[in-house]
Amino acid sequence: MQKAYSNTTATLTLAKASFRSILRSPSAVIFTLAFPLIFILVFGFLSNGGIRVRLGVDPGSDLQNPVIAAMQQTKVIKLIQDKTASELRESLEKGHIDALISVRRNTSGKPLFIADIRYTSASADKGNILRSLITNLMYKLNMHDVKPSVADVREQTVKGRMYRTIDFILPGQLGFSLLSTGVFGTAFVFFSLRQNLVIKRFFATPVKRSSIVIGEGIARIGFALLGALVIILIGHFFFHFTLIHGFITVINMLILCFLGVLVFMGFGFVVSGLARSESTIPPISNIITLPQFLLAGTFFSIEAFPEWLQPISRVLPLTYLNDAMRLVAFEGAGLWEVKTQILVLLVWGIAIYALAVRTFKWE
Amino acid sequence: MQDKQAMIRVKDLVKKYDDFTAVKGLSFDVFEGEIFGLLGPNGAGKTTTLEIIETLRQKTSGEVFVNGLSIDRDAHAIKQIIGVQLQAAGYYPNLNLIELLELFSGLYGVKAKPMEMLEKVNLQEKAKARYKALSGGQKQRFSIATTLINSPKIVFLDEPTTGLDPQARRNLWQLIGEIRESGTTVVLTTHYMDEAEQLCDRVAFVERGEIIALDTPDQLIDNLLKTGFERKKEVKGANLEDVFIHLTGQEWREG
Repeated sequence: MQKAYSNTTATLTLAKASFRSILRSPSAVIFTLAFPLIFILVFGFLSNGGIRVRLGVDPGSDLQNPVIAAMQQTKVIKLIQDKTASELRESLEKGHIDALISVRRNTSGKPLFIADIRYTSASADKGNILRSLITNLMYKLNMHDVKPSVADVREQTVKGRMYRTIDFILPGQLGFSLLSTGVFGTAFVFFSLRQNLVIKRFFATPVKRSSIVIGEGIARIGFALLGALVIILIGHFFFHFTLIHGFITVINMLILCFLGVLVFMGFGFVVSGLARSESTIPPISNIITLPQFLLAGTFFSIEAFPEWLQPISRVLPLTYLNDAMRLVAFEGAGLWEVKTQILVLLVWGIAIYALAVRTFKWE
Repeated sequence: MQDKQAMIRVKDLVKKYDDFTAVKGLSFDVFEGEIFGLLGPNGAGKTTTLEIIETLRQKTSGEVFVNGLSIDRDAHAIKQIIGVQLQAAGYYPNLNLIELLELFSGLYGVKAKPMEMLEKVNLQEKAKARYKALSGGQKQRFSIATTLINSPKIVFLDEPTTGLDPQARRNLWQLIGEIRESGTTVVLTTHYMDEAEQLCDRVAFVERGEIIALDTPDQLIDNLLKTGFERKKEVKGANLEDVFIHLTGQEWREG
């Protein structure tokens, strides 16, 4: 009985209890695992096909000709042949198809065929892609037996690493997962422990405050990293997510995850301190998470944003986490090579914990 | 009784909130092995006093010693020898009773067997249940189980029977009696005078932050009778609660 009191035992017991509790909390599992995986699934399938141009073929067309044959060989063009003329016209006006082609044999001699193509202003971008594709195609067909008089273009494709959508989406989703676990999870747990006097009851035991915070932290970080590992592995084995240096890359990513969730938990502590009631936690948390979710390069590269918006993106901590994660995973950068991103995260961490110490309430 | 060693010594205890003095110079001793009751209406300062002794709240002035340890200097050591049941405390979410008791064992730094703790309060059948799923009486019994984990010298119970039905109250009285039998000092607060009369060796009446009477229930009643007090109604050999218990049965209920 007179054994010296161990803070470590207390901390670890608390971490174990908290981890159990998190695993049994549906919202934690949904935000950390289910949502990111659903997004990965959707975006993974959505954009695997690359660009497709839908080209309607007029029903009266002659199909046995080199023009159509050449188009069938082109992956980018998808020929629509099973529609009537009026359906095609309507589709064209609405932009459901990107252009309409009609090929006829020339009855008055050369050239052998005449192809009429009608574009639509409803789909100008794809129309332009098609235009250059067809120009290229016709050039090849027409110049089949002719020697070029000015220049001969010789094309070569360097074999490179394929940058798939998953390589962009997964790190972003990982960041999103860490952000929600860190902010929502921490805010809710500390708020409810305080509100339901669980912490007060803890204070009646010899446990130290630092043990409570560290124990909770261990559990939350452990859960977040476990979630991150599951996301990375599912991404790698089912969606061909690139892990350049394999195991080392995973470790580096997990180290970044650790740093990220640590910073985001700081926001969670602040929210738990600011919230007056349980129902004010989601709005306050959303103010922190949503802008980052949208602006920090989770779904789109921040270069795609208008220039006035980019400086905002470049302030957010998630931007730097996403950035570092992509560099490490796809480009194979070491942690030292993403030191700028890590430094920005650390600065955020120091700032947010300084604020958390001021706003955090125990009772 | 006066020869007994003071387990808790409170001297001139004062607690001020911004513009309100909740406790105005309380002094009392709690002796080893007794059940001591703090009685009084809501807002009289009972809970505040209790929480100061439990080292959960800062006092404004005065001195408090628990088992000879000062609450100013030895709060950590005091926490190790007391068991605290709070009014309306919650427990860690999503854990069952066994897991909660394991958690408290870790927090107290002791190796208690959760199942044995549950047996003490007759909750072994609820071992896998969540705290939220328990009835009022079960919740209180579980709370008491958590206070016994560290084999404390003193147990503090803040309104343990408030909101319970008569059977659950009587079960709890029995449990509190057993805790005292095992040599633990018990300090409790209550609104119910029948409870204080049944359970407490000594009681202190607290009113607006001051003790207005402190003695054994018997002595306090005798004192009143000496003043010539008489009940308006003839006292019968039983009261309505006795009838209720008689009719509904006194066996251990999970209600």
